[in-house]
Amino acid sequence: MSETAILVGASSSWARALVKISPYTFSAIGIAISIGVSVLGAAWGIYITGSSLIGAAIKAPRITSKNLISVIFCEAVAIYGVIVAIILQTKLESVPSSQTYAPESLRAGYAIFASGIIVGFANLVCGLCVGIIGSSCALSDAQNSSLFVKILVIEIFGSALGLFGVIVGIIMSAQATWPTNV
Amino acid sequence: MYGFEAMTFNIHGGYLEAIVRGHRSGLLTAADYNNLCQCETLDDIKMHLTATEYGPYLQNEPSPLHTTTIVEKCTLKLVDEYKHMLCQATEPLSTFLEYITYGHMIDNVVLIVTGTLHERDVQELLEKCHPLGMFDSIATLAVAQNMRELYRLVLVDTPLAPYFSECITSEDLDDMNIEIMRNTLYKAYLEDFYQFCQKLGGATAEIMSDLLAFEADRRAVNITINSIGTELTRDDRRKLYSSFGLLYPYGHEELAICEDIDQVRAVMEKYPPYQPIFSKLSYGESQMLDKAFYEEEVKRLCLSFEQQFHYAVFFAYMRLKEQEIRNLMWISECVAQNQKSRVHDSVVFIF
Repeated sequence: MSETAILVGASSSWARALVKISPYTFSAIGIAISIGVSVLGAAWGIYITGSSLIGAAIKAPRITSKNLISVIFCEAVAIYGVIVAIILQTKLESVPSSQTYAPESLRAGYAIFASGIIVGFANLVCGLCVGIIGSSCALSDAQNSSLFVKILVIEIFGSALGLFGVIVGIIMSAQATWPTNV
Repeated sequence: MYGFEAMTFNIHGGYLEAIVRGHRSGLLTAADYNNLCQCETLDDIKMHLTATEYGPYLQNEPSPLHTTTIVEKCTLKLVDEYKHMLCQATEPLSTFLEYITYGHMIDNVVLIVTGTLHERDVQELLEKCHPLGMFDSIATLAVAQNMRELYRLVLVDTPLAPYFSECITSEDLDDMNIEIMRNTLYKAYLEDFYQFCQKLGGATAEIMSDLLAFEADRRAVNITINSIGTELTRDDRRKLYSSFGLLYPYGHEELAICEDIDQVRAVMEKYPPYQPIFSKLSYGESQMLDKAFYEEEVKRLCLSFEQQFHYAVFFAYMRLKEQEIRNLMWISECVAQNQKSRVHDSVVFIF
């Protein structure tokens, strides 16, 4: 692997600048996004569900224990983010400085970054989705308790979205093999 | 942005929306009304109502019960719920909730001014005012002699001040003027409320536009029918119609020249949403028109609960509760006067 293999345009193009960013930068940002944006999604979902749940429970106190499931589904989204962040950070290895900009290093860096983005944004929308459905679920359950289980099925489908993100993210992170010493 | 309210509405409005939906589940159902309609005395009514949400308000009333007491206590429940919601609300929901009560404020002002004109005692009039429309300086309304004084002395500090710009005259108040004043104020209030809802945007604007447009159209029809045969000129009549709604502007042109109810019916049947209302009435009959309008209003108000994350549910709940109180008043009066055959003439079932 020689540096002549990295031929991305003239020496002062944007493409060259991009390639010269350390793969560790991309990895670190990926890990941060994975946990940070997942927690944003979970928090968003929890407040949407929680405020409706509390208001509805004043008139219909029986709904409180069942509807905590919605909050738990939102929380699961944050846990996915934590798990993937931990997995990703175990994928970080040191490479000697001659290898820092080798194509394999860049590939590993990009893989961790992509994995982080996948998990983060999938969990963001999943948390939002489950939160909004959970709010409607609480309000409907307060009026008619036979509706709860049916709306719960919708929530389960919604929470599967976060799971898809985690699966793809973990597959991506398996690509993160740094070059061994040559 | 319309369609994305679900993401941020619950920050400020989620708790109160859930509370108002809880209140809605406490509205009387058709089964409750059937039980009430079969009561023989007012004590039976009180017993049935104690088993519903009105329990804490009615159970301590002493036995020779009056229809006005029942209505007063039920209104008190509405006022308590409203005040609870108002004190928990933040902007813009708190302004929205205040707008809902301005109609009652206008009615109270007109009540006191009319009562003073007919030499009634101010205290007696104050007791008849609707509690949602009270404001601090309301008792001083009895002092005013004409509209300019009314405005300058009392109303300039109230939320009704901006609605007076179109109707300040120096003529002395008499019955005709007061009705015109009431309708002019109400027109200005509806237009202001409509603009406010449009500014809020999103689902609130869409649903409130529909509800307020129906209100404006209903008032236009009522003004037309009530002013047939009076000295109100066509131009004056047209000035009392609001400048929005399904009937604006062409329907208003046609309504302004109507001279009897059949002409009004002919105008309204051209508008598909109002056609079923008028086709229910046989020719020449107008007593059932009020009930038909109330039924249509209740249908639209119930539909507003189908969507989540908007403010129109608050407006709809207040209106439905007022309809329920009207129903209870009618049933109580029929029972008290032993006219139970007429009880179903004017009760509008909500569910």
